[in-house]
Amino acid sequence: MTVNTIWVVAEPSSAGITTTSLELLTAARSLAGEVAAISWGPATASNASVLGEFGATTVHDVGDLGGTLPGVPVAAALAALVQSAGAPDAVLVPASYDGRDIAGRLSARLDRPVLTNVTGLAEDGTLVSEHPVFGGSLTVKSRFTSEGPGIFVIRAKSFAAEPAGGAPASVAPLAIPDTSATGTAAITASHAEERSGPALDEAAIVVSGGRGLGEASAYSMIEELAKLLHGAAGASRAIVDAGWVPYSHQVGQTGKTVKPSVYLAFGISGATQHLVGMKGSRTIVAVNKDRDAPIFSIADLGIVGDVHKVLPALIDLLKNR
Amino acid sequence: MNVVVCVKQIPDPAAPPSLDPETHTLDRSGKLILDESDTYGVEMALQLVDTAGGGEVTLVSMAPNSETGGLRAALAMGASKAILVSDPALKGTDALGTAKVLAAAIRRTEYDLILAATESTDGYTGTTPVQLAELLGLPSITFAKSVAIDGSTVRVERQTEAGFDEVTAPLPAVVTVTAGVVEPRYPSFKGIMAAKSKPVDEVSVADLGLDGQVGVTGARQVIVDVVAAETRTQGEVVEDDGDGAARIVTFLEAVKAI
Repeated sequence: MTVNTIWVVAEPSSAGITTTSLELLTAARSLAGEVAAISWGPATASNASVLGEFGATTVHDVGDLGGTLPGVPVAAALAALVQSAGAPDAVLVPASYDGRDIAGRLSARLDRPVLTNVTGLAEDGTLVSEHPVFGGSLTVKSRFTSEGPGIFVIRAKSFAAEPAGGAPASVAPLAIPDTSATGTAAITASHAEERSGPALDEAAIVVSGGRGLGEASAYSMIEELAKLLHGAAGASRAIVDAGWVPYSHQVGQTGKTVKPSVYLAFGISGATQHLVGMKGSRTIVAVNKDRDAPIFSIADLGIVGDVHKVLPALIDLLKNR
Repeated sequence: MNVVVCVKQIPDPAAPPSLDPETHTLDRSGKLILDESDTYGVEMALQLVDTAGGGEVTLVSMAPNSETGGLRAALAMGASKAILVSDPALKGTDALGTAKVLAAAIRRTEYDLILAATESTDGYTGTTPVQLAELLGLPSITFAKSVAIDGSTVRVERQTEAGFDEVTAPLPAVVTVTAGVVEPRYPSFKGIMAAKSKPVDEVSVADLGLDGQVGVTGARQVIVDVVAAETRTQGEVVEDDGDGAARIVTFLEAVKAI
């Protein structure tokens, strides 16, 4: 069996289509002859050119969802398309908030298993997915034994997004079947958090803090340093769980995947949960008082010391440059 | 107001994990503890029932052995009772199989709201609650950073890339909560003592009519290989002799970050 057809869930964003979706389209076109996108929202027609450029020949347009959470309607429309058009070999879904909803709903609707936290895909007769485990020290390779489609939920930055110069994708409207009670979750208002610097997953420099900061108020030093370096402020799961900083700052298996040119970790021991989200950084600097902290094993520069001394000193040096 | 909380008992995350040599799935044969991620859902449920002025919190869990240590910890926080689906046949069950088991178990009890963590700490698939919602024919709201009940509606602040959305759904519904949604209480001594006599209803896969749909067979996916990942070479690790900050500046200059 070879891989013929792949569908990609192409998530709309305020700027068009999310970068992760474009990464998935790039991967899909290297694996399959026929790549289609499934998208929604009011702007699908104007996104057709970028979707085509990254490899989709068709975009199935679920349309404006009018405030309904995307998970149920998009999965229902996708499931109906599988019934009418036949199953593709795979459906690739970005590992985003809405992407995970879509994958879960689709899996249950079609009674097909799902593979998540995928960071690589290869063809070996059938699709084989890669999953980092134990902090990324091991890679597990998996494949489905069920009939298609194989549903893969893929982490951000697993592939590079590269346009191939294809013609705009043809837009095919896709109707949403009756979703009865399941489709009743509705967005009544949206709030954007203020952010002064770059987005965490796009920043060239990320400064993160962990439990070693000692207390919530010390996180302001992380924010100050991030600002001085024109970078973004990140956090370990431990201090997000402790309520020091919002979830949106979390770097790791449960949070954002970052691959900046420099990652600075202060008071982060390097639990497997955290390492998965940042070990792809080009360079890593770590400051921790424990010489045996796992973070040092992947750091280019490790300082065994007190973050409460090193951080203020570093901020001073940079301010006085 | 009756709230079901899906909880998972997992190998201690502080202990070094290992893979089962046969199935290459996570070795869960040792002592299991309550996933800390689930304490937020348990606390949220207790507070919602308290605010509603009546009802109870029921735990639903699945384990390949008859482990109840983690369930007792959540009962000690104040949950009323637990349903534990325990069966050797569950070994190797995937996310969808888990959702089928939880759905069948939850159908045996009364509920207005089902809470779960956004994902477990050991498997972190993160799809089970939504699969569960689909199987039960319910709406779902994931990544809640606050949850409130307003009559027969659940109101949630849901984490988004840009900030958060206000999302509503009619009850019954499934909601997944992020860490930090509430501050989980520590069980009191009284709570710990009371938990010992709270009912834990243990059921098998056959009791739920799910023979053949769970375990390795039901998962319909195989691990074909486990390989060592590319490793980074360790750089320089030095003690801070007061020059730590200056060393970092030199490093940042060398990589042209400043």
